[in-house]
Amino acid sequence: MSRAATSLASRPLIRSRPKISAIGARAFLLDAPGEFDLAAQRRIWALTQTVRQWPDVIETVPGMTNLLAVFKAVPEDPDSVISRLLDAWERAESIDIKGKTIDIPVHYGGAHATDLAALCDLCGLADKEVVRLHHEGTYTVFALGSAPGFGYLHGLDPRLHMPRKTVPSLRMEKGCVTIGGMQTGVAVLTGPNGWNSIGFADLPMFDPAAEVPALMAPGDIVRFLPERIEL
Amino acid sequence: MIEIVDTGPLNTIQDLGRPGYRDIGVTVSGAMDPLALTIANLLVGNDAGAAAVELQTFPVRIRFEQNTAFSVTGGGSAALDGETLPPWWMQIADAGQILEILPSKTSARAYVAFEGGVDVAPVMGSRSTSLRGAFGGNDGRALRKGDVLRLGSPAADVLPAGGFGVVPPLREMASLFPVAENGALLIRALPAGEHDLFGADAERFWTEDWKISAQSDRTGYRLSGNPIRLTEPVEMRSHGIVAGVVQVPPGGEPIVQMSDANTAGGYPKIAGIVEADLWRLGQARIGTRLRFVRATHAEARMLDQAIATYIGDVETTARQVGRALKAMAGR
Repeated sequence: MSRAATSLASRPLIRSRPKISAIGARAFLLDAPGEFDLAAQRRIWALTQTVRQWPDVIETVPGMTNLLAVFKAVPEDPDSVISRLLDAWERAESIDIKGKTIDIPVHYGGAHATDLAALCDLCGLADKEVVRLHHEGTYTVFALGSAPGFGYLHGLDPRLHMPRKTVPSLRMEKGCVTIGGMQTGVAVLTGPNGWNSIGFADLPMFDPAAEVPALMAPGDIVRFLPERIEL
Repeated sequence: MIEIVDTGPLNTIQDLGRPGYRDIGVTVSGAMDPLALTIANLLVGNDAGAAAVELQTFPVRIRFEQNTAFSVTGGGSAALDGETLPPWWMQIADAGQILEILPSKTSARAYVAFEGGVDVAPVMGSRSTSLRGAFGGNDGRALRKGDVLRLGSPAADVLPAGGFGVVPPLREMASLFPVAENGALLIRALPAGEHDLFGADAERFWTEDWKISAQSDRTGYRLSGNPIRLTEPVEMRSHGIVAGVVQVPPGGEPIVQMSDANTAGGYPKIAGIVEADLWRLGQARIGTRLRFVRATHAEARMLDQAIATYIGDVETTARQVGRALKAMAGR
């Protein structure tokens, strides 16, 4: 086997074309090819802006390097929907949303940091070091979802990546600062939660009566300020 | 006004839901059986999407504070001051009368609509209760004994004092919504993103029966049956989802997201149920068996059109009844 073939085979398989699949008959999910990174997400934001203008689309839901497009009615020709989405992806240029900066004061450690010890065990770093890496990061809101106003944040130091729990905490408090895989975020509802808690933030993330109900929006920058560190 | 004299837990005010906010994490909510809610509204001269009461635990007793046209559709057996009403029926109650609704043997949820609709403040364009988000409906919570609900202004149409009803959709469209020989509901769905990653188990998903487990509510139904598993684990990125998505957590027993579905998910998804079949699932009781049937976009369109025709017929009939009464009154 030639050296070129060997290196090709050992490289992780990265699709060059997006994958499009159906969820029921009037929703289509486009998964961007490539890595989980800001470049892919910027293109998803651009794609979202295009697709939301389509007269037959009723809702667009950007996710983590993917976009769900919900159509008003079941399309007569689903294949043409797929080619329109692929075409829109090819044309989508990266956009850089100039978001606002949100500073979130955090109480690291303490009673709410139920998973800090496990994270230290997993990454082999001292709790002080984990806290420092977390609050020194600069995060980008990639998308909102799951619960009202919950922002999926990108930018977590790879040393702090920690898989979601196989058995979720049954009652995690709203406000817990959590890590789920390569993502971080602040819990917005008290209830079952599979992410790992390392601290607590007392900042309202959602107000259903407000004109703009969610505090975070895609493209916003989030910084965590260590208000208190209790280790 | 109406007063909730008695109610079980988890009965809520619902309309056709709160679409358009999934991108900020807000669940759509809305009736588990939107067809029954629509018909209940049309019977009392409301718009299809007016707010009504969704009942899933019984008995429920409602007292009318003034003369009010109301309707009961979906499951549930209703009686006004002890007099049994036909199913899928509207009638005008006198002030002080009590409507009692008991569970039905075959359907899980009843809808009670009132002329003018239940008048609670809309939140993000909908009066549906979001229990998880604790907003919408009546203070974002389920109905309680003693709650008094205001009703909106009724439409000007004349409604028949003696009441009238419609042929329930399952009877009118029986051939379009079949059940298997063993009684299992046949639920049509399209394969979803990770379908093929289940290998041979994907085939079993379509051929074996599933049972709606007791761990089922407005958020989702957990199905029990022979577990199905991915041939190898995949790393999923969170993405938007819609009601009807069938996800498979590591345990191998599928979850169907329903009206209070999460807006995003990361479990592998094997299928997505066509919307025209979701109301049947909304009416399926715990313990019901179902089997998934592979469908196409064309079939889903045909079913949507059949439902739209049925709704259109009810709307026309309701209007004709009103017009005839008005003509008689004017003579």
